[in-house]
Amino acid sequence: MNRCVLAALLVAPSAAIAADFGVNALTYDGGAWSPYVVGAGIGVLSWCTFYFADKALGASSAYATLAGLIGKLVAPRHIESLEYYRCNPPHLDWGLVLVLFTIVGGLVAAWTGSEFRNEWLHPMWVDRFGDDLVLRGVVACAGGVLMAFGARLAGGCTSGHGISGTLQLNAGSWLTVIAMFIAGIATAMLLYGAR
Amino acid sequence: MIDPGQAVEAGKGRPRDAKLLSAIVFGLAFGFLLQKGGVAKCNVLIGQLLLQDFTVVKVMLTAIVVGMVGIFALNHFAKVNLHLLPTRVGAQVIGGVIFGIGFALLAYCPGTGAAALGQGSWDVVFGLAGLVAGSLLYAELSGRLKKSVETWGDLGKMTIADLFHVPRLPFALATAALLTVGLVGLHRAFPR
Repeated sequence: MNRCVLAALLVAPSAAIAADFGVNALTYDGGAWSPYVVGAGIGVLSWCTFYFADKALGASSAYATLAGLIGKLVAPRHIESLEYYRCNPPHLDWGLVLVLFTIVGGLVAAWTGSEFRNEWLHPMWVDRFGDDLVLRGVVACAGGVLMAFGARLAGGCTSGHGISGTLQLNAGSWLTVIAMFIAGIATAMLLYGAR
Repeated sequence: MIDPGQAVEAGKGRPRDAKLLSAIVFGLAFGFLLQKGGVAKCNVLIGQLLLQDFTVVKVMLTAIVVGMVGIFALNHFAKVNLHLLPTRVGAQVIGGVIFGIGFALLAYCPGTGAAALGQGSWDVVFGLAGLVAGSLLYAELSGRLKKSVETWGDLGKMTIADLFHVPRLPFALATAALLTVGLVGLHRAFPR
């Protein structure tokens, strides 16, 4: 019963709309490992960060810390006067080190799996929007600005709310993730919809 | 955050440097897993938003199920603190929507974007610059936002179990079981 409802909820809209898309995401590379193995690994990683570091996994605040550190080089007094940085003084902290080494972890995984891409534009983007790097740069940068602003307003991103918050049954995290996905699905369908 | 009644001094007594070193190990593992899972690839992330590729939801739900069982068990036996974020209905609905729009535009999120940089997907560089700029924009407005949007529907730190006034561990185990059923259904409906 449960499964039928779930399948109906997911299949009906996707089957109805997917046929009209200019792109089919499944024609490009997927993950090297099973999503269940990777998901379980991230779950166990959460146990470890809680137990050994008394911290929850999260990514977005690292960008705010980095922004504060850069801002402090230019206008230290102004940065210190801002409400966010008064509550979260920027320094090389656990969250920033975590994200810096997330980059290295991605490199190691890509390297060991012969998946290092070394490309400026993903083939799916090129198939849908062409090979203009300026267009991609502007869209990606705008996306980054919106994501960081939204994550700070909501108090976390797809890691902090989407994984760490939801697994703690944090009420606001489930709310945030649902809002993220509804808006993300609507926007992606507009962007990648029928030509 | 110290969990009421089950305060743990986890991490206390360990020097700050040791804690920072742990971030190196955990960051490496996080990035490694994200890339191996394929969620550092923008077609997988956009594929999820187009409801074509369910890798992202499978990774997230599995992480949630495994993490939930372990964290609530450890918390029950006072081995770890919960790290709850405040529930603020207004800010989280608005922030979530803004984030979602940005997510579809960039096609990476803050964590997977870092892994994508390591993977050599250089277009993410523009997005990372945007993330830094957007954080600064929020910080500029943080004083005003804290007094306005962030006060709308501010319910404080609470779990869904608290919302229903039921004990946390049994509720977490039941939720994990329900999510597992959902995952099995998802696996049957969508091979990828």
